[in-house]
Amino acid sequence: MSIAATGKRSFGSFLWDYLTTVDHKKIAHLYLAGGGFFFILGGLEALVIRIQLIRPENDFISAGFYNEMITMHGTTMIFLAGMPILIGLMNAAMPLQIGARDVAFPFLNALSFWLFLFGGLLLNLSFLFGGAPDAGWTSYASLAMQSPGHGVDFYILGLQIAGAGTLMGGINFIATIVTMRAPGMTYMRMPLFTWATFITSVLILFAFPPLTINLFLLMFDRMFETAFFNVALGGNTIIYQHLFWIFGHPEVYILILPLFGLFSDIFSTFSRKRLFGYTAMVFATMLIAFLGFMVWAHHMFTVGLGPVANSIFAVGTMAIAVPTGIKIFNWLLTMWGGQVTVNSAMLWALGFIPSFTIGGMTGVMLGSNVADYQYHDTYFVVAHFHYVIVGGTIFGIFAGLHYWWPKMFGRILHEGMGKFSFWVFFAGFHLTFFIQHFLGLMGMPRRYWVFLHDQGLELGNLISTIGAFLMGIASIVFIYNIVYSAIKGEKAEADPWDGRTLEWSISSPPPYYNFEQLPLVRGLDPLWIEKMEGDGKIPPGEPLDDVHMPNGSFIPFLMGLGFFIAGFGFIYQVDHSLWYLALYGGLAFSIGCMVVRSLQDDFGYYIPKEELKKALEGEAK
Amino acid sequence: MTDNSNDQTEVFKRQKSKEEMQRQLISFGLMIVFTLIAFAIVATDTVDRIYILPILFIMAIVQAGFQFYYFMHLKDKGHEMPALLIYGGVWAAFLTLAGLMVISWW
Repeated sequence: MSIAATGKRSFGSFLWDYLTTVDHKKIAHLYLAGGGFFFILGGLEALVIRIQLIRPENDFISAGFYNEMITMHGTTMIFLAGMPILIGLMNAAMPLQIGARDVAFPFLNALSFWLFLFGGLLLNLSFLFGGAPDAGWTSYASLAMQSPGHGVDFYILGLQIAGAGTLMGGINFIATIVTMRAPGMTYMRMPLFTWATFITSVLILFAFPPLTINLFLLMFDRMFETAFFNVALGGNTIIYQHLFWIFGHPEVYILILPLFGLFSDIFSTFSRKRLFGYTAMVFATMLIAFLGFMVWAHHMFTVGLGPVANSIFAVGTMAIAVPTGIKIFNWLLTMWGGQVTVNSAMLWALGFIPSFTIGGMTGVMLGSNVADYQYHDTYFVVAHFHYVIVGGTIFGIFAGLHYWWPKMFGRILHEGMGKFSFWVFFAGFHLTFFIQHFLGLMGMPRRYWVFLHDQGLELGNLISTIGAFLMGIASIVFIYNIVYSAIKGEKAEADPWDGRTLEWSISSPPPYYNFEQLPLVRGLDPLWIEKMEGDGKIPPGEPLDDVHMPNGSFIPFLMGLGFFIAGFGFIYQVDHSLWYLALYGGLAFSIGCMVVRSLQDDFGYYIPKEELKKALEGEAK
Repeated sequence: MTDNSNDQTEVFKRQKSKEEMQRQLISFGLMIVFTLIAFAIVATDTVDRIYILPILFIMAIVQAGFQFYYFMHLKDKGHEMPALLIYGGVWAAFLTLAGLMVISWW
């Protein structure tokens, strides 16, 4: 229905629809588009870095610009590409998986997206306004305090705004999963992706406040002459590192746990088997999340915390390998004896297991604090975290896109191109990063803009750059695949993969109200149960009645815009007091939007019973 | 008859919310009193320095309890999940602080 409608409408009304939408499915599209844009940007930055390192003492870019590139590559990929695409997938699938009509707070959901987008744009506009941040993605205070110009200020304000959006998103998902599960959908019947979304949201809720505080302290130090991190004035620069990693370590689990859930769903769907060790998987996810908060200092082994503290954090770090190992074995045993279909989604999932396991293994190596003095700040670390983030998060995102594309857009991505981009990306990924382990062991430090002749680093770096270009080619093929499927792609039926969970029980793409009647869930993998024991249809869990829906709103966009303008005001008020106009004006505008939103009586609208009845009869035919 | 029973539930609900309001006001008053005491013992030298810190801590914990149980309704039924999340957060924060202290003073 929606595709036919969009085909006829003008571009203006299409745009207005997306600017004002509070529908979780459309917000998912927005998140994927926004995250995809920043993913391309971050990918181009990666290619610039690799071109600079293609040969010794290259002068493709200047040292200063190289610092901006590494900083923006890391920041963009983690905050503006990885997390938003994951939140997009959660938005697309989680409400459908628990049998809900939307998330708990649809308005807040739209606000989350616009805050992310405006924060991301603010951060990237720094390129046009006198230079991007250049203190690394961690932006350690000792470097950030010294960075001239406004680059780091853009980092602070951009991440502050985008981070507020992420925090709201996390709270929204928690409330949705706690309160809006369909009748019969107990906690222990939730699909693993929903479980992972829940636990990730809890991690967001607890991990983002330290980042917020840290960014505020850094902002006060840089703009308002406080001295939290200024050693010369009695501050302590190590506090920044602690606060950053108290956030930063849970952050890497925020990036990987949703994909653990997603892979569990994919493995069980394409093996046509119930997930092996469902309960163990749920508790392993919780355990990883819990331990993730206790290991932050392993990023700081060489700071000089002392042998006792280092040992405690080393042991904690290695302990995380246990629940992760449980998961790896459960995935293997899910496939064992199953009727395995290997398509694009499954290929990405299969490629993930060895890649991520290598990353986990080097993680344990890095977790040994004695050995870490050798690895610290070399390319070994770069190889490690790219193995887990690319081999885990990016592979997972591609798998998830192939898996849910039919549900999200009603078209199936082309299998041939999907397999081609997997194999090229897989080869390019290992070419790029495997050799970097050895470059690191040979002593190549990370974040240096050149390396010297005759140190045995030439060949490794050349191979690494070639691999990066292969990943670029694979990404271009994937983007072409999206365009191709939008124009010529095969129309998807409701259940193209012979799925097991609730999202496959409704049409592709789903109607805007998702379910005419909320479904009744009789167990884990509800659709599979109905296929085996019932008539293949999910029984309704409520009588047919009018459905309450929220109205769209343009206010979230305006609120984001207000904070965006205030962000510029904060950054430039140190130069000229006229900028206070933007600062106070932007904040006043956003607060005005909040007041308008609070005072207006918007009770939403009802879809009449008759319309739903017609839709149900249409489906029956 | 249905009207009658509706009236009764209405009366019951009103009484309940009146009691609830009373409790909120009492705990609100106590919190203000605690805050005043805290400021008073720090501003004036009536209490010995060694006792100030424990007294402040105890009052802070009681205030946090009021906040959670009365204002955020943890005492009511159906609040198991919020309670779990709040105590999970308290536990994570406690371990983080404990970790930082171990690093600083061990």
